[in-house]
Amino acid sequence: MKRLKLSKNAKDNLITYGIVILAYVIMQIMINTGHISSLLQGLLVPLCVYVILAVSLNLTVGILGELSLGHAGFMCVGAFAGAFFSRYMQNVIEVSLLRFLIAIIIGAVSAGIVGFLIGMPVLRLRGDYLAIVTLAFGEIIKSIINVLYIGKDSSGLHFSMKDSMSLGLAEDGDVIINGAQGITGTPKDATFTIGIVLIILTLIIVLNLIHSRDGRAIMSIRDNLIAAESIGINITKYKLMAFSVSAALAGMAGVLYSHNLSSLMATPKNFGYNMSIMILVFVVLGGIGNIRGSIISAVILTLLPELLRGLSNYRMLIYSIVLIVMMLFNWSPKLINLRKKYSLRRLFKKTGEVR
Amino acid sequence: MAALLEVKNLGISFGGLRAVDDFEVSIKKGQLYGLIGPNGAGKTTVFNLLTGVYKPSEGIITLDGVNITGLKTIEINKAGIARTFQNIRLFKELSVIDNVKAGLHNHYKYATIEGILRLPNYFKMEKAMTEKAMELLKVFELEKEADYLAANLPYGKQRKLEIARALATEPKLLLLDEPAAGMNPNETMELMDTIRFVRDSFDMTILLIEHDMKLVSGICEELTVLNFGRILTQGATGTVLNDPQVITAYLGE
Amino acid sequence: MSFISYLINGISLGSVYAIIALGYTMVYGIAKMLNFAHGDVIMVGGFTIFFAVSMQGFPSIVGILLAVVLCTLLGITIEYIAYRPLRQAASSLAVLITAIGVSYFLQNMALLIFGANTKAFTSVVTVPAIKLAEGQIMISGETIVTIISCIVIMIGLTLFINKTKAGQAMLAVSEDKGAAQLMGINVNGTISLTFAIGSALAAIAGMLLCSAYPSLTPYTGSMPGIKAFVAAVFGGIGSIPGALIGGIVLGIIEILGKAYISSQMADAIVFLVLIVVLLVKPTGILGKKIKEKV
Repeated sequence: MKRLKLSKNAKDNLITYGIVILAYVIMQIMINTGHISSLLQGLLVPLCVYVILAVSLNLTVGILGELSLGHAGFMCVGAFAGAFFSRYMQNVIEVSLLRFLIAIIIGAVSAGIVGFLIGMPVLRLRGDYLAIVTLAFGEIIKSIINVLYIGKDSSGLHFSMKDSMSLGLAEDGDVIINGAQGITGTPKDATFTIGIVLIILTLIIVLNLIHSRDGRAIMSIRDNLIAAESIGINITKYKLMAFSVSAALAGMAGVLYSHNLSSLMATPKNFGYNMSIMILVFVVLGGIGNIRGSIISAVILTLLPELLRGLSNYRMLIYSIVLIVMMLFNWSPKLINLRKKYSLRRLFKKTGEVR
Repeated sequence: MAALLEVKNLGISFGGLRAVDDFEVSIKKGQLYGLIGPNGAGKTTVFNLLTGVYKPSEGIITLDGVNITGLKTIEINKAGIARTFQNIRLFKELSVIDNVKAGLHNHYKYATIEGILRLPNYFKMEKAMTEKAMELLKVFELEKEADYLAANLPYGKQRKLEIARALATEPKLLLLDEPAAGMNPNETMELMDTIRFVRDSFDMTILLIEHDMKLVSGICEELTVLNFGRILTQGATGTVLNDPQVITAYLGE
Repeated sequence: MSFISYLINGISLGSVYAIIALGYTMVYGIAKMLNFAHGDVIMVGGFTIFFAVSMQGFPSIVGILLAVVLCTLLGITIEYIAYRPLRQAASSLAVLITAIGVSYFLQNMALLIFGANTKAFTSVVTVPAIKLAEGQIMISGETIVTIISCIVIMIGLTLFINKTKAGQAMLAVSEDKGAAQLMGINVNGTISLTFAIGSALAAIAGMLLCSAYPSLTPYTGSMPGIKAFVAAVFGGIGSIPGALIGGIVLGIIEILGKAYISSQMADAIVFLVLIVVLLVKPTGILGKKIKEKV
């Protein structure tokens, strides 16, 4: 019989933090001794972004038990809100760390608010209906950003949904968000170290939330909505809490993402449903509800196409085959039974060598 | 003494079907009350009406002098009614103790931020919750399985855990929907003792649906018999069970 | 007058969506899964015709038949290899992710064979255009063929499901797999048949879509696939008339949105309408309401 010890939770969490810190130390040593390719070095911040996205989506999918296909939309909100702030304040706040810190807070809060506003009407839908509505919202967010123009001049901020000319900026004007061209010139404030700190912060928030009174309420809704209601748990409140926190963390990842690029555009590739799906793949492959699994699978699946780079055109094909085979291997009831039957542990058990 | 639960003229229709019609009951504080009747008589529907899962088409439900008609499930639970389900509804992926702690949700509070930052109040309240939950688990002899996943408990213990979880919400009235379903005679005897113990030591009022006549006649003081959504008869257990109408309803013509 | 032209274009695009949505709705109804690879089967159909007609010089009809046969086989194969083993899986997310894997696979396969360049698809429709209202409204041959195909498919499919044994078996399996099995229905066979029909429809949709919008890339199918799914949900997933209504309404909104509001916002408007409909009617226009028994 499976046992779930309370102290095991604490130990489990420590291992998770340990893995992240260990990975950081190893990478730092490799960077300092020059044992790292420039390609991999360029991937370090995106890796942090994907890890945060995967962990935060797992809060919605694994802990709340609702399928969301709009996670990239929240990332998009955070990325643009944060980048907008940094561009606007570039010459006002000179200390880049402080400016970035505020940008992160702004990005996370904006995405959290958007998550809350979207969650309020849609969280009463269930399963695949919720999935398609979140996908729809993600696409709407992306479309809106693509027709959004914001500029500043001496008289303040100007908004338009038409083009940069209709902003009517004065001579000293500066177009910050330029529709489909997005934001250019965002300060590159994101570093690997900040990325790791944000991962740890995400883990603290998510893991501590799960193992608290609120987390229990959220998981009770996942396990049995009707029973949760019957013991007086406020379904709407806790669904919204999980959904908004998850959105805010995705927003934070977005800020990290946008401050790693000199030009930021909302394209189907980075903020479309394909991105949301990719994050979902991390979560499902890492284990639904398994936070550490999300971290590991986000890292492996981001590195895999890069490692396969030598295979040029075949790499995405191989990636897709690996994905299908892994899903079948992990989830097919027949294969699971087969694995149990021939697992090494069982073979050893028969000979009595391993207890 | 005034009644704890007072139901008058309760009814609901699904489409054209009259599922419950003119249901009335009055349960005194501390009573062990039984709701019986053949399959499909509308017993669980009455529970769903009492707990706000369905909104009654008409009628008034009063709990401890407060009108709770038409309130939502959550509000009704806060007002003091807790229940178990015919088809067990546990939080399967949570541990046994966490199931009970979820039931304590509205009685031991701390802010979300206190939980995330692990402030002193978090540790204080969690400790108090764990103690209270263990106390309840002991009543149902589940303390050894506290850290098991609820899904891994044997059937009889799952039923007990559901009762423990309901009690954790500190209700005034406890509704048990077929608590002995699927139990063997020994387990049923044990369950009867537990129900009596709960009533006595928690000063609880209990309304239960049951098919096991041994259990009903053994512990219920009064009964209401439902048939086709209407009350067939009600009164003291001994009288009701000897009523020829009841025997006909159960055995057929 | 231009409004009527837009409306006709909308109905035409909507008819394509409706045909794709049918495939989605049937597969969802019977296998209870979002077949994310469905859109990519459309693309495979388009490329097959492109290969046979434009590259090899076969007559159009040969190309179309080839596409239908190939897509049908592809649909059956995908279901057999990738989806069937996961039918009893503990989480319904497993098969969703596998479907995404299949979608990536098909896209990258096409990318390897045909390259990333956009291919100019030669329309296979030879029906002449019709001019109405003294030449002010022109209805293209593609539009006529698309709308007629959609009507024929709808009628054919409705008859098939209501009048044939195989169709009734589909209804039974979508209602309750276990019970259907006990009644002697070949559940696996019925599900294969559903995928076969859905994929054949996708091939036809690919032909119509590429004839009306003659550019073909490995990603051609994915957005129409998503929109057709939106149409299926909009109309009430699992319902054949729902797919028709959803598809047509969506096509009209998209074309009118492009014409009168903003071409960039057209997709957003489509999605917004979906959200509004689902908030008012959580299971779509013709969807059945399902309530959990307590």
